[in-house]
Amino acid sequence: MNDTVSAPVESRDWLRRRSRWSPFEILFWLAALLPFILFQTYLPLASQIAIAALFAISVDLILGYAGIVTLGHAMFFGLGAYFAGIISVRGWGEPISGLLMAGAFAGVIGYVVSFLITRVQHLALIMVTLGLGFLTYELANALHWLTGGTDGLRGISTWPVLGQFRFDMWGYTAYGYALGVLFLCFLLSRRLVNSSFGLALRGIRENVKRMPAIGADHKAHLRLVYAISAAIAGLAGGLMAQTTNTVALDSLSFERSADVVVMLILGGTGRLYGAIVGTIIFLVARDQLAGINPQYWYFGIGLLLMGVVLFMPKGILGFLAQIVDRRR
Amino acid sequence: MISQIGIVLFDGFAFGMLLFLLSVGLSVTLGMMNFINLAHGAFGMFGGYVAVTVMRQLGLPFLAALPLAFLAMAVLSVLIERTLFRRLYKAGELNQVLFTIGLVFVAAAVATFTFGTVQQVIILPSWLRGSVEIAGVRFGVYRSFIIVVALLVTALLVFGLERTRLGAQIRAAVDNQRMAQGLGLDVERVFAITFALGCGLAGLGGALAVEIVGLSPSFGFQMLVYVLIVVSVGGLGSITGSFAGAALLGIGDVAGKYFWPEIGSFLIYLLLVAILLVRPLGLFGKR
Repeated sequence: MNDTVSAPVESRDWLRRRSRWSPFEILFWLAALLPFILFQTYLPLASQIAIAALFAISVDLILGYAGIVTLGHAMFFGLGAYFAGIISVRGWGEPISGLLMAGAFAGVIGYVVSFLITRVQHLALIMVTLGLGFLTYELANALHWLTGGTDGLRGISTWPVLGQFRFDMWGYTAYGYALGVLFLCFLLSRRLVNSSFGLALRGIRENVKRMPAIGADHKAHLRLVYAISAAIAGLAGGLMAQTTNTVALDSLSFERSADVVVMLILGGTGRLYGAIVGTIIFLVARDQLAGINPQYWYFGIGLLLMGVVLFMPKGILGFLAQIVDRRR
Repeated sequence: MISQIGIVLFDGFAFGMLLFLLSVGLSVTLGMMNFINLAHGAFGMFGGYVAVTVMRQLGLPFLAALPLAFLAMAVLSVLIERTLFRRLYKAGELNQVLFTIGLVFVAAAVATFTFGTVQQVIILPSWLRGSVEIAGVRFGVYRSFIIVVALLVTALLVFGLERTRLGAQIRAAVDNQRMAQGLGLDVERVFAITFALGCGLAGLGGALAVEIVGLSPSFGFQMLVYVLIVVSVGGLGSITGSFAGAALLGIGDVAGKYFWPEIGSFLIYLLLVAILLVRPLGLFGKR
């Protein structure tokens, strides 16, 4: 009897220890404020990074924690972007409520799609996510009257955040807004992965067959996390629409789906900071290399990917963590 | 109308046969080793470049360039398989997907460095140009040629797989890799041979595709989605499945773009998702 009582307390303690803030994390988020002071010319890039990092976190939740390999997550990014853009064109430019609606919309679609996703595994899973991504892209292309098709959505205007902060051309408001949303979603995801729900997801990732055997409804878990992930991806898309005032078909493209997985792998899956660090490395490197010659960028990112898979299967952060562990 | 349907069926089938050549190798190797090689289309691309280069630089005829493209890609694939891919057989599917996507990026960059971004053209011999009119329908000679080559390859593959010793070994390795290994079969060697054959066929397909879909460094990406659809819809490790999947996709693609240009590609992806949800192993997949 004693055992059954003590075990949950221990695991609760373990979870609590996992969710304690380390000084590195506080330092990291303070450093995220640096672009305001030091690199003002790079503020647009910084808000791009914040948006892409949010998107990468959403993919990390399903890929890194629950083990759902996806090559079509731009679907939800684009749905959020188009939703936020279209309500703005139709006359509601209030950013925060618009963003929340965009996230909710993507989340609902994500929940519907999750019933399909949980039916398939392995190659079929990759192909279904890929197919759904292309499907959404073609749909947006065909619905020219609503989305503007290949011309992109015209006439988005976003009102000041909280009625106070106008979106300025240097990108102070854009970065502050994007960083704020990123931080809030990060807190939410951090809470999520360090909860018993997060543990159940990792259990599913490690062994799909054993989870039902110990009484966990794995499909319900997967559906829920997929919907949450879709909602966060929708928020990221909405952020992009509101901060840049443009939405084009490329927000739904396969490249975006593939890029985000690459960012995640570079940083390391199954750790939220992996998503953020990978995004920073990817986008800064692209900004620097693509300026010289886009071909260098393809060559470099290709080699980097192959190198990371061969020598750092847990990503750059996982690799660093391994070194630190060995030193101890 | 009848002649339109006839021409769409014919062109679609020819395009499907190209897709078959480009993807059958991936289907068999994926069924055997569960190795998801997204760089398969890149072998097709280099096959095309080999054909174009030997014809332009060495002045070889088209019919000599085709086997050369096959050979060059078979040799290249063995090199890459032995040095890189074999490290990844035990890795997860995500790592395989990413590694091979990385390889497609590198291949595209290498192709750009070497050949530039321009569309390559291939000069066909005169007997392959033009078209023949039968019952009011104009059949392209070159497309007929592709169909003949693909049918010959299919016949050879089916015969080889059903009647030869290597074929039996390949079937055994696809059906149950561990059991085959347990019975003393050198699965790695069988796999290397299959891999070389498959990539060689992709090279041949790439060389034949230059005239139809063009050739530029983005070929590997363009064909990637088509190849994956053929493989997943047809079912892993099945030549019949790849053949049927490729014919279906080719005809569907051409018909969709011809009759409903607005939503043609939409229908293709809808069909893909629907088929995979009903039959996750593909139409002809066994496991």
